[in-house]
Amino acid sequence: MNELTADNLQLWRGEQHVLRGISVEVAGGQCLQITGANGSGKTTLLRALCGLVPLEAGRIYWRGNDVAADWAALHAELNYLGHDNALKAELTAAENLHYAAALRRRVQPGEIAAALERTGMADSAGQLLRSMSAGQRRRVALARLMLTGGCLWLLDEPASNLDARGQVLLLELIGEHLGEGGAAVVATHQGLGLPAAQLRSLTLQ
Amino acid sequence: MNAPRVGFAGAAAALMMRDLRLALRRSGDTLQPLGFFLVVTTLFPLALDPQLSLLRDIAPAALWVGALLSSLLALDLLFREDAQDGTLEQLALCGLPFQGLLLAKTAVHWLLTGLPLVLVAPLAASALGAPYQAMPGILAALLLGTSALSLIGAVGAGLTMSIKRNGSLLALLVLPLAVPVLIFGARATALAIAGEPLAAPLYLLGAIAVLAATLAPLALAAAVRVGLE
Repeated sequence: MNELTADNLQLWRGEQHVLRGISVEVAGGQCLQITGANGSGKTTLLRALCGLVPLEAGRIYWRGNDVAADWAALHAELNYLGHDNALKAELTAAENLHYAAALRRRVQPGEIAAALERTGMADSAGQLLRSMSAGQRRRVALARLMLTGGCLWLLDEPASNLDARGQVLLLELIGEHLGEGGAAVVATHQGLGLPAAQLRSLTLQ
Repeated sequence: MNAPRVGFAGAAAALMMRDLRLALRRSGDTLQPLGFFLVVTTLFPLALDPQLSLLRDIAPAALWVGALLSSLLALDLLFREDAQDGTLEQLALCGLPFQGLLLAKTAVHWLLTGLPLVLVAPLAASALGAPYQAMPGILAALLLGTSALSLIGAVGAGLTMSIKRNGSLLALLVLPLAVPVLIFGARATALAIAGEPLAAPLYLLGAIAVLAATLAPLALAAAVRVGLE
């Protein structure tokens, strides 16, 4: 059964017809890779799928239920990583993770340290985000992704600013998420290195 | 992945703690509205003829104009930073009532601008010659009035959060809505200083505060959602 299905999504931005009848299907354990030229609407599609941008037409179903009736059911299991890392510059990495996770679930002691360890940021746990490089901030954002969980990951250019090892880490995290039965929609140009059975793709014109 | 989900109260408390901690990190900015209120209200007695009756006449106006303007000072940052760094989107997408979370943020704004103002009001009021007996009435009026001002101001801040240099537009939006608070607050203060019963303007202030607490979250969530698009 598909976790997330979207039919015939239509969206205009001013004079521009951004989403022209896009349909999306992702099942548990699958990753949908969205590619397309700059400005083709990848970010808009992701934001429309999570309800940040209202659609002109089309329906989105989460586990068979129309989300228009109950966005909260989708949001409760959603994990969205956009262009912005959604981290506060004036808080340390550990504080950021603590407050971000507190919106979604109770974190066991040690989980934050483990997530920072996994993303290679253990030494920077007490460092303010403001004083970190863009790549380091992205790594903290990946730690947030791990920590907040959720069955559906919507990732917008998740590899931006990451170095080679960071990109490997990102692919590992996505692989593990799919392995646990989660679904992911990822807008990226980079190869995801996933087996064909797990990968679906959608190219926006 | 299957860890217990947090309830709304836990999430809202964590959000408030986060905002309080951030405010503590830049205490200079946080104390600015309070400093402004104190400076304005204590400069009046210095600039005026030192006659008690004259001071008492202008005390309500000085206190309430000071309170209104100082509540506007920190308003433009209420949602703007969260909108820019993406944390506001996360609030909208966490599956908990968005209105409630925004109301929690507004409550922090009141804790940082309204409550300190109420706490120093006796000082400012006595500098303006208000008698000791008037203090409970003045404090009650300010408690209700500053809550209403924070709620009304938050709607304006939500509407203008995606506009750069939004200060003057924000003031233009919020000030007309805040005028009833100014009128009834100043009236209640004047009656308290004169030693007359002040229940009527206090009830009206209370009604405005309740109305704002009921309607502002709806308007606020709608405004912020539009700003996030």
